[in-house]
Amino acid sequence: MKPAPFKYIVARTIEQALALKAEYGDEGRFLAGGQSLVPTLNFRLTQAAVLIDINPLTQCAGMQNSQPGTVRIGALTRYGQLERNSETARDLPLIGEALPHIAHPQIRNRGTIGGNLAHADPASEMPAIVLALAGRLRAQSQSGERWIPAAEFFGGALSTALASDEMLMEVELPVAGPRSGSCFMEVSRRRGDFALIGVACTMQFDANGLCSQARIGLCNAGDRPILAEDAGNSLLGRNIGTAQIDEAAALVQQAIDPGGSIHASKEFQRHLAGVLTRRALTVANERSPREH
Amino acid sequence: MTADVTTDSHDIAVTVNGTQYRRTVEARLLLSDFLRHELLLAGTHVGCEHGVCGACTVIFDGVAVRSCLMLAAQTDGHTVMTVEGLASDRDHLHPLQQSMHDCHGLQCGYCTPGILMTMKVFLDETPAPNEAQIREALSGNLCRCTGYQHIVDAMMLAAERLRG
Repeated sequence: MKPAPFKYIVARTIEQALALKAEYGDEGRFLAGGQSLVPTLNFRLTQAAVLIDINPLTQCAGMQNSQPGTVRIGALTRYGQLERNSETARDLPLIGEALPHIAHPQIRNRGTIGGNLAHADPASEMPAIVLALAGRLRAQSQSGERWIPAAEFFGGALSTALASDEMLMEVELPVAGPRSGSCFMEVSRRRGDFALIGVACTMQFDANGLCSQARIGLCNAGDRPILAEDAGNSLLGRNIGTAQIDEAAALVQQAIDPGGSIHASKEFQRHLAGVLTRRALTVANERSPREH
Repeated sequence: MTADVTTDSHDIAVTVNGTQYRRTVEARLLLSDFLRHELLLAGTHVGCEHGVCGACTVIFDGVAVRSCLMLAAQTDGHTVMTVEGLASDRDHLHPLQQSMHDCHGLQCGYCTPGILMTMKVFLDETPAPNEAQIREALSGNLCRCTGYQHIVDAMMLAAERLRG
């Protein structure tokens, strides 16, 4: 239960961090909050030749409304900061609702949103949330920067679209608008433990009260964070009631491929995904004001 | 480029419980092991070593963190408080400790240091908590003896005493 030897380098500037990542490539891992990386190092499930500690880059932490209607959250923003910031619940209610489910207070005090997303654990809450919000992520390297849509960011198990010389800088998310609602729900064996299944959903309605946008992200429902696109699309242009929600929940159950474990069989996970989707869509629907 | 990792050590200066320590540490040394083996502050307990049990919780720059998920090298220039820093002297327990004693909030005591450090910050931030808030704040600390009820009682009492 001790990490294998590695080289530890503190990056004092963004330029230095990018230069080190360019130099070491896949052998170098960024150390942000370390709440996912260090356990795997302790277990020796991961062996990193070089850890590039980016914690001094405090300019990469914080929330800002760069443009009306969007919030940018710096990659090094810790969950504890988001929890203590009243803007989180106001502008990003989906994240506000999910925060208590993200591990424990001590983990949230260190864990960062960027580290969480770059680790890309399919069972983790934030990837599913970023998918449900259709956010985008900014990656930077020495040769430039690019924005990656959330739907293109997550690859297979624990892998992302980030190149070996890139660093995740921030995530941009839409602020909850009028005539919209969202809901996050998960079931786990113990408070703060990994979700057996988690559902993050967002809904938007037009002036006639018809659903104009719906997205459903799922945690721990496959080898990667999943966006159930067919299920969300099935709600478009419709008046939302029990029948439409049941239909979407059935489509979610078809879209996922849960792995099953000693804690929950695949069948139970699929069952949970249906139940939680129904409940979460019902709540998000109720939360969406139709008048504006 | 392959990195030479065999002898990667770092000079650090860290303030623990108000005392500054200067040490040379191996890159891979965990903060929990640094506190116990280098500084001989064995009050910080090591349980699961992967961030689940909470026994190793310490206060780092004012917030409760898992010391098994941080490197000693990361504490250079920072401040750490451990359970040894709670009581003002050997004869006077901190109100948190006294309340745990009075309410039978511990049996084997293994989880206790982590619980005390977690609740120290929590009660500083939330001086008049209700039971549900205490249970939520305690959710990252596993106790296999007490069933938590007496710990919750102790924290209600400690909050009252700390309010004065």
